[in-house]
Amino acid sequence: MSTRRIVAVSAGMSTPSSTRLLTDRLTQATEKALSERGEQVQTRVVELRELAHDVMNAMTTRVPTGELGGVLEDLGAADGLIAVTPVFNASYSGLFKSFFDIVEPEDLDGMPLIAGATGGTPRHSLVLEHALRPMFSYTRSVVVPTGVYAASEDWGSGESGGRELGERIDRAARQLAMLATERAPRGADPFEEPTPFADLMSGLGR
Amino acid sequence: MQFGIFSVSDVTQDPTTGRTSTEGERIKAMVRIALKAEEVGLDVFATGEHHNPPFVASSPTTMLGYIAAQTERLQLSTSTTLITTNDPVKIAEDFAMLQHLADGRADVMMGRGNTGPVYPWFGYDIREGVNLALEHYNLLHRLWREDVVDWQGKFRTPLQGFTSTPRPLDDVPPFVWHGSIRTPEIAEQAAFYGDGFFHNNIFWPATHTRKLISLYRRRYEHYGHGKADQAIVGLGGQVFMRKNSQDAVKEFRPYFDNAPVYGGGPSLEEFTRETPLTVGSPQEVIDRTLGFREMFGDYQRQLFLMDHAGLPLKTVLEQLDILGEEVVPVLRREFAAKKPAHVPDAPTHASRVAAKKAAGEQEEQE
Repeated sequence: MSTRRIVAVSAGMSTPSSTRLLTDRLTQATEKALSERGEQVQTRVVELRELAHDVMNAMTTRVPTGELGGVLEDLGAADGLIAVTPVFNASYSGLFKSFFDIVEPEDLDGMPLIAGATGGTPRHSLVLEHALRPMFSYTRSVVVPTGVYAASEDWGSGESGGRELGERIDRAARQLAMLATERAPRGADPFEEPTPFADLMSGLGR
Repeated sequence: MQFGIFSVSDVTQDPTTGRTSTEGERIKAMVRIALKAEEVGLDVFATGEHHNPPFVASSPTTMLGYIAAQTERLQLSTSTTLITTNDPVKIAEDFAMLQHLADGRADVMMGRGNTGPVYPWFGYDIREGVNLALEHYNLLHRLWREDVVDWQGKFRTPLQGFTSTPRPLDDVPPFVWHGSIRTPEIAEQAAFYGDGFFHNNIFWPATHTRKLISLYRRRYEHYGHGKADQAIVGLGGQVFMRKNSQDAVKEFRPYFDNAPVYGGGPSLEEFTRETPLTVGSPQEVIDRTLGFREMFGDYQRQLFLMDHAGLPLKTVLEQLDILGEEVVPVLRREFAAKKPAHVPDAPTHASRVAAKKAAGEQEEQE
């Protein structure tokens, strides 16, 4: 039995926020699904709001100030990711995008993840498909088939509410647990095992 | 250990006066700063290379040759020379010429540059950046060591029976540093050749810098040039000093807040905490710089960034006085006391000529 590390990133702005609420539900469901597979789980939930200034510092100077360095390290070492954003202007929030802009691309390569979003109405639910999924395809991450979108009414007993949201969360969590368990070992760390000079020069004039 | 300064050659408005130097003023100011470096007892002046405004340093060997004529001891170097987009043949010629004119006081730091459009401006593809650095340097290395070169490669037109002139002074090529902040291939390259490795750590947390330097050291040993702790390492630094720490912070803050490279980003306090930037008293600079040795091991060259962000020439010259009078003498003493005997100094032309002679004599005996 090994320990699987899950990082959950919530880009909610208010406290309490429905984005954080969805993040927590997804995190708990993923922990449960991993335990059922006989895995130990270690999770870290990251509130991007607390890192907002550090994210901008990293954007402007590439220096990850404050807690951000540690968060990026944990993300790089994670077996699975839960990424949840509120819908702003028909897309992910700027902070959500900025955070993933500063993550090293190789740290997201092959990363299994659940894409989640929250919004005021169900009309924006396709944001998962037209914004989040393409972004994480670009980073070569493995987005589980079930995306989870929660509109305000889903937190009550609205048309598509209550039970159905819970089912989607569990389904997404099971899919993430499966992929996180099978997470292929990362390629060699180029700082530990560099490509030998002779290989670097192959095909070049010398 | 060598101490010096490196310039990025930016023409930046002084945020406290609203005044911007002309390019001519900035070029002359850089020369004045280099001469001052020798006056106050520093060892090295290095200029960057850029091909776009607001930078003026597009022709490093022209500037360094002019400085060479007016100095006697100062080592003249670059930070960096674009091995990717320059013709390696021209680099070989230019720096050999500089080496002769400066009586051996020239070395060179190779880098890939940080401005994307420079590649297409010079007819290259940025996606080939690492390969260009590898192939071009390999040719440069041969041009300085083989009198007649036949060469064919991927990027440059082939050479048949080519001799790069002038031949290096005393048949000893200028010492080469390879500068990189994040690329393991460049550390590997520096290690393979037994050249120096310079990490311009001024924008980087120590953990990143350490990864790359330890890779270089390990591979330097792997390729048989000496022990890992004998590899030739250089580091950057960035300081602003006044007698009282608070005065330094107060005076430097508007330059920090408005500088193109970090303005609008972290606070001065955050940046000094997370990077080598030190704004304070000479003693704080001494302590911080000695801390580099703790993090990265004994190293051979320390270059400070002093003239940037629109700081007036007068202020930069005052900073160099403080650096030369109060900081570097202490650092020299402290670093020398801590350095084990088997760790070499930074190579100079004299030491390389001596090493070549010793190697020749050994060969004769064998």
